[in-house]
Amino acid sequence: MNCKDAQNLINGYVDGELDLVRNLEIEHHLQECALCSQGYKNHQVLRNGIKTGPFYFKAPVDLQRRIQLSLRKAAKAEAGPRVLPKWWLTIAAPMAAAAIVVLALVPFLRGPSADDLLAGEVISSHVRSLMATHLADVPSSDQHTVKPWFAGKLNFSPPVEDLARQGFPLIGGRLDYVDNRPVAALIYQRQKHFINLFIWPSGSDSDVGTKTVSRQGYNLFYWTKSGMTYWAASDLNNSELQEFVQLVQNQTSPTP
Amino acid sequence: MDASYNLARWLTRNEHDAKDIVQEAYLREFKLFDGSHGTDARAWLKLKEKDKLARFEQSILPHLDAAYNLARWLTRNEHDAEDMVQEAYLRAFKFFNAFRGVDGRAWLLTIVRNTCYTWLQQNRAHEITTMFDEEIHSVDSDASNPATLALQSADQQILREALDELPVEFREVVVLRDLEGFSYKEIADIVNIPTGTVMSRLARARERLKQLLCNRGDLA
Repeated sequence: MNCKDAQNLINGYVDGELDLVRNLEIEHHLQECALCSQGYKNHQVLRNGIKTGPFYFKAPVDLQRRIQLSLRKAAKAEAGPRVLPKWWLTIAAPMAAAAIVVLALVPFLRGPSADDLLAGEVISSHVRSLMATHLADVPSSDQHTVKPWFAGKLNFSPPVEDLARQGFPLIGGRLDYVDNRPVAALIYQRQKHFINLFIWPSGSDSDVGTKTVSRQGYNLFYWTKSGMTYWAASDLNNSELQEFVQLVQNQTSPTP
Repeated sequence: MDASYNLARWLTRNEHDAKDIVQEAYLREFKLFDGSHGTDARAWLKLKEKDKLARFEQSILPHLDAAYNLARWLTRNEHDAEDMVQEAYLRAFKFFNAFRGVDGRAWLLTIVRNTCYTWLQQNRAHEITTMFDEEIHSVDSDASNPATLALQSADQQILREALDELPVEFREVVVLRDLEGFSYKEIADIVNIPTGTVMSRLARARERLKQLLCNRGDLA
């Protein structure tokens, strides 16, 4: 190895990055060459000077706290719904205007929230009926058995139709309690799925169109027709349940 | 259902009560089930984020000094260094899911370096000299007659200034090698240059430092 090679490799040697053969070669050369040996010593002096000198800047004490704060914010922003940015304050006035509009809409918003509560109740009743052996108080596929059974137990007479021919056989009837009143529950079946049809007087003559809602995997249809409120609940898929609802709506004649 | 009825039946010693109890137990369970599912996605996401933050703070936050040291040497300014580090940490957190490596320090410093370079390009473009002669052979050393270098403690200020005056591309390899102790390969990954270039830059940087020190020493 000559001086030029040694100079080229001296940094690798100082940093311990050379392979064994090169290492031995350069060590051999340094022993023989005073100039290169001096250069190597200078390298070591410089390197130790940098390493041992006060050149390592430690982070200011409060930087870690600041970073942790901003990380928490970033984590929150990633997890939850987006937090309103700060410039929100600068558009407070338009927001206030929007708030007034929202307040004006509150009466309209209240309606659905009552339905929401009722939907929860209906699902609870539906689930409860399937849990224990209490699906039907009067297990019968005969509408002429089921309908009279309600007489004397309710102060109204629910329309009862067997829909077996259309693929929804009547299983029976049951007394239930929904919306703070006793109601009629008719149970229909579609293959392995049960449908609870809750019926009670609506308290007004005006009809309300069919609405549907899905919750916890259950589908609900509800409507008001001829003074009766109907809620159909099932784990049946939405389209088949809708088919059932249409059958009920077409068949049920007003029963005062 | 059978198991729960059996238990209730033996505890109540009564068929009717057992049925009621099983029904109530199922209802309670259903409510809990319902409750846990109503908030499922968000709660799960929150847990995951919490977990991510915890893992990040455990594996990346301890390298704060290394991050600050590199940023401080690259920006040569305390205030800018703090900004760089904070920005780099946020970036690192954002991309933490992509971090699969074992060396959090090298990973973080790569991000710190990139953040600093973006900033340098925008604010001090003249400092980034892209026209380097990377050839190791062009290193101009007066190896034929090297002066004896001896650093006294008074020379530390001179050495610091000499480091500060190095072009940023030289400065960073010296910081990564001599202050952080990274291998050539690790430096090559952080700076995104070939390993051979790491060695040639180090050689040129050290040569420059020696020259600067010698000149200062003469003046002093």
